[in-house]
Amino acid sequence: MSPLNDKIKKLDGKVPAGPIGERWSTHKFNLKIVNAANKRKYSVIIVGTGLAGGSAAASLAELGYNVTTFCIQDSPRRAHSIAAQGGINAAKNYTNDGDSVYRLFYDTVKGGDYRARESNVHRLAEVANNIIDQCVAQGVPFAREYGGTLSNRSFGGAQVSRTFYARGQTGQQLLLGAYSAMMKEVHNGKIKSYTRREMVELVIVDGKARGVIMRNLSTGAFEKHTADAVLLATGGYGNVYFLSTNAKASNASAAFRAYKKGAYFGNPCFTQIHPTCIPVSGDHQSKLTLMSESLRNDGRVWVPKVKGDKRNPTEIPEAERDYYLERIYPSFGNLVPRDVASRNAKLVCDEGRGVSQTGMAVYLDFADAIKRDGEDKIRAKYGNLFDMYERITDQNPYKTPMMIYPAIHYTMGGLWVDYNLMSNIPGLFVLGEANFSDHGANRLGASALMQGLADGYFVIPYTIGDYFATNKFDKIDLAHPEFEKSLTDSKEKYQKLLAINGKKTVDEFHRALGKIMWDHVGMARNEKGLISAISTIQELKKEFWSNVKVTGTDVDVNTELEKAGRVADFLELGELMALDALERKESCGGHFREESQTPENEAMRNDEEFCHVAAWEYQGLDQKPLRHIEELKFEFVKLTQRSYK
Amino acid sequence: MSGNSAHNMSLKLKIWRQKNSKDEGKMVDYTLDGVSPDMSFLEMMDTLNTKLVKEQGDSIAFDHDCREGICGMCSMMINGQAHGPEALTTTCQLHMRKFKNGDTIVIEPWRAKAFPVVKDLMVNRGAFDEIMAAGGYVNVNTGNAVDANAILIGQENAELAMDAAACIGCGACVASCKNASAMLFVSAKISQLALLPQGQVEAESRAIAMVEKMDELGFGNCTNEAECEAQCPKGIKLENIARMNRAVTKGLFSGR
Repeated sequence: MSPLNDKIKKLDGKVPAGPIGERWSTHKFNLKIVNAANKRKYSVIIVGTGLAGGSAAASLAELGYNVTTFCIQDSPRRAHSIAAQGGINAAKNYTNDGDSVYRLFYDTVKGGDYRARESNVHRLAEVANNIIDQCVAQGVPFAREYGGTLSNRSFGGAQVSRTFYARGQTGQQLLLGAYSAMMKEVHNGKIKSYTRREMVELVIVDGKARGVIMRNLSTGAFEKHTADAVLLATGGYGNVYFLSTNAKASNASAAFRAYKKGAYFGNPCFTQIHPTCIPVSGDHQSKLTLMSESLRNDGRVWVPKVKGDKRNPTEIPEAERDYYLERIYPSFGNLVPRDVASRNAKLVCDEGRGVSQTGMAVYLDFADAIKRDGEDKIRAKYGNLFDMYERITDQNPYKTPMMIYPAIHYTMGGLWVDYNLMSNIPGLFVLGEANFSDHGANRLGASALMQGLADGYFVIPYTIGDYFATNKFDKIDLAHPEFEKSLTDSKEKYQKLLAINGKKTVDEFHRALGKIMWDHVGMARNEKGLISAISTIQELKKEFWSNVKVTGTDVDVNTELEKAGRVADFLELGELMALDALERKESCGGHFREESQTPENEAMRNDEEFCHVAAWEYQGLDQKPLRHIEELKFEFVKLTQRSYK
Repeated sequence: MSGNSAHNMSLKLKIWRQKNSKDEGKMVDYTLDGVSPDMSFLEMMDTLNTKLVKEQGDSIAFDHDCREGICGMCSMMINGQAHGPEALTTTCQLHMRKFKNGDTIVIEPWRAKAFPVVKDLMVNRGAFDEIMAAGGYVNVNTGNAVDANAILIGQENAELAMDAAACIGCGACVASCKNASAMLFVSAKISQLALLPQGQVEAESRAIAMVEKMDELGFGNCTNEAECEAQCPKGIKLENIARMNRAVTKGLFSGR
C-alpha cells in the first residue's frame, strides 16, 4: 500500500435505498422545496444549450428561477444535439410488444456492461415516458401512423420497438422543442441568453460554485457572471480524437477547467465508437459523418476473404466474400451492438482485408436488400442517407456497396455527479453527455437524447431546489477576489498562447493528438500502447506550449485562439483518458483491453476489482491525479457476461 | 475515392475580409493550390486558413459547426448563391468536385441589414432568435403534458408539419432575397405549429407577434420572387408563406 492510498476516497453517490421502482418518488418527496414565491431570489447559470441545457433552462425559468444561459454557437438552436439522427427511447409500450420501464432499465444496465448506477438508470427509464408527452405538447412533429398515433421503431438491436423518431432528424426536432421552450422564457424575461460565449473558468467562492468567467467570442472580451448555482451541459469530449462525428466547436474545456478546479472526472476512458461512419478520404479530413445505424437493418457488412484484394466489389464473387458479422455472430448478425461491430471492423482491417484506397473501410452492401425489396422500397427507407453518402463520396450506393468505418461518436465518461446530478463541488451540477452517469461503459442507440432531456426537464428542477433550500448564499460582488483571480488567470493563459509564435498550427497539434488517441486509446487498448501514449502526449503537450503558432490578436473574433485554448485542454484530457484506460485492467463495453478478453475475443469484465466508477481528482500540472472510487452495486440486474452469439 | 482525387486543383478565391462590425471591409484575392476534389468546401477553407496562418496572416473567420448540413451554422454566398451551386445542399456538404481547376470563386457573407457582419464571412443572426422569442412556441410548461397518444394527428398533417420543421434557420432565404425578407423562415415555424392541434390555440396571435417582430427588426417584405425557396438547402416551400398570411389575416380580422 502506498502512502497515497489514505487520500483515496470512497465516493457516495447519494443513491436512495428501497425498491428500485420507488426510489425516485421517495427521493423526490424527501427533497426540500423552495417556496414558490422565493424561487425568484435564486439565480442559475447554465453553460451549454443543447438538449440538457436547453430543457433545464426552460424548466427552471418556468419554476421562477432567474436563468442565464451561454452557448458557443450564434444561437442556442445550433447545439450539437441537433445532429442526432435515429430517435429517442421510451417504454410507452404503445406497440404492445412487452416493453416496460423495467425492461428499458434492464436493457440499459446490461447494454452499459454493468458500469452505470442502477438507481440512475431506473429513474431515466421512468421519466422517459414524460419526455415523449412533453415533446408532443410542444409540437415536436414525431412520425405518426395513419390513425394519428405515434410511430415506433426498433433501433440499435433492441428487441422491442420503443424508439420515437422524427424522420432522420430526431435530435433536431427535440432540440428545437427545447429551444422554443427556452425562447418562451426569454420572452417572459426569466432567461437571459448569451450567444458566442465560451466558458474559460469556473469560479468557486467559499467552497461553492458561484460563477463563471466567459469569453465573448465576437469581441474577445472576458466577462464575469455570478449566480447561486452553475450547471454545465457542455456535451462530450469526442473531439479529443480530432476526427469524430462531433461538431467542430464541441469541446471539453468547460468540463475540464471545472476538473482543474477540483471537480472529479468520472470514467474518462469510456468512449463510444460508432460502426457506421463514412471513412476518411484524405489528410484534409476535418470531421467524420455518421450514417444512421438503421442501415444495418438491411445492409450486409463484408470484406474480401483474402487480403489485398483490390478488385471492384461487384467483381468479387459471393464465395470470396467474408460476411464476418454474420459468420461470427449468427444470431445477431449485422445487428450486434456498436462496440462489437466496431471492433470487428478494426480486426478485419488490421488483417489487411480492409477496402478503399486507405484499407481502412469495410463494405455495407444493399444489393441483397434491393434484390429482395426493390430499389424503391430501399429508397423510401434510406433515400436521404443514400443521397448524403453520394454527396460526400461521389459514389452511388444503389449500384456499389457503401464503404464504412468506425468513428468516435460519444463519450460515456464525464464529470462525476451524485444522484442529484451535483458534482463533488457544491452548487456545480452537470447534465447530459457532460456527466458520466447513466450509460455505463457503452451507450445504447436512442438513449443520448433521452438522458439529456431527462436531466433537464425532469431531474434538475427537483434536485436544484433541495440544494437552494439547504444552503445559505451570501451576495457576491463581481469584484470578489476569486472572480478577479480567475479573470487574470484566464487572460494570462490566452496571452501566453498568442505569445509563443512557434511553427506548427493548432490543427497540426490536434491531429497529432488525435492519431495517438485513435491508435492507442481507441477501439482496442493494451498496457504497452497506453504507456507509450501517455509519454507521447506529454511530449506533444510540451511542444505545444513552446511551438504552437497562433496568429491574430485577442480582440475581435480569433478562431485560431479559440481552437488553441481548446486543444490545450484536449492534450491534458487525452493523457487522463489514457491513464484511466491503463488503470482499468478489464474490458467493459467500449473499453476493450486486449489483455482481458474471452476465448472468443469478447470483452471480459473483472467485476471483482473493477465494479466501480473511477473518479479522478486533479493534483496540479504534470502531477498524477488521484483515482477515487464509487462502488457500484447491482441489486436488481444480475452481473452476467454479455453475449451476442 | 472518387477516382479523380489525384487531380488536385488550383483556385482563385475572392473573399470578403472585414475585421469587425465597424470595419468597412473589402474583397481580397487569394490563390490556393492542391485542392482535392474530395474536399468539402469548408475543408478547402481550412486549407486556405492553414496557409494563411503559416504565412503569419490572420485566418478567415467563417461560421460552421456540425458539417453535416443540420446545425444551420454555415453561411456563405458562393459565386452569388447562398450555400453555392448545388441544390438542397449546405456549404458544409458542398464538395470541391463541383468546381473545376482554374476556377475563380467569389465568397461573401450573408448580406442583410438585420444580419450585421461580425467578422469576414461571419454574421450575427440573433434577429432570428428574437423572432422566435416573440412567439415561436407553444405556451406549455414542463410537466403539463397529457399522454402523447391522447393527441391524435393525421399522418398527412404530421408530415407537412415536419416538412416545415426541417428548417435549419441558416438564413439563406434572407440572403437570397433581394428584399432581405425573412418570410420563409418565419412562416416555416408558424406553419409547423399551425398544422398541429397543439399549436392551434395560439395560431393567430403567434403569427401576428412573429410577423410584427420580423418587420421591426428590419427584414424586408415578400414580393413573390421565390428565390428563397430555390436556394433553401432544406427545401422549405413557399406554401408556408401562404399559410402564414392566412393566419395573420384571420387574426387581424378576429381582432387577436
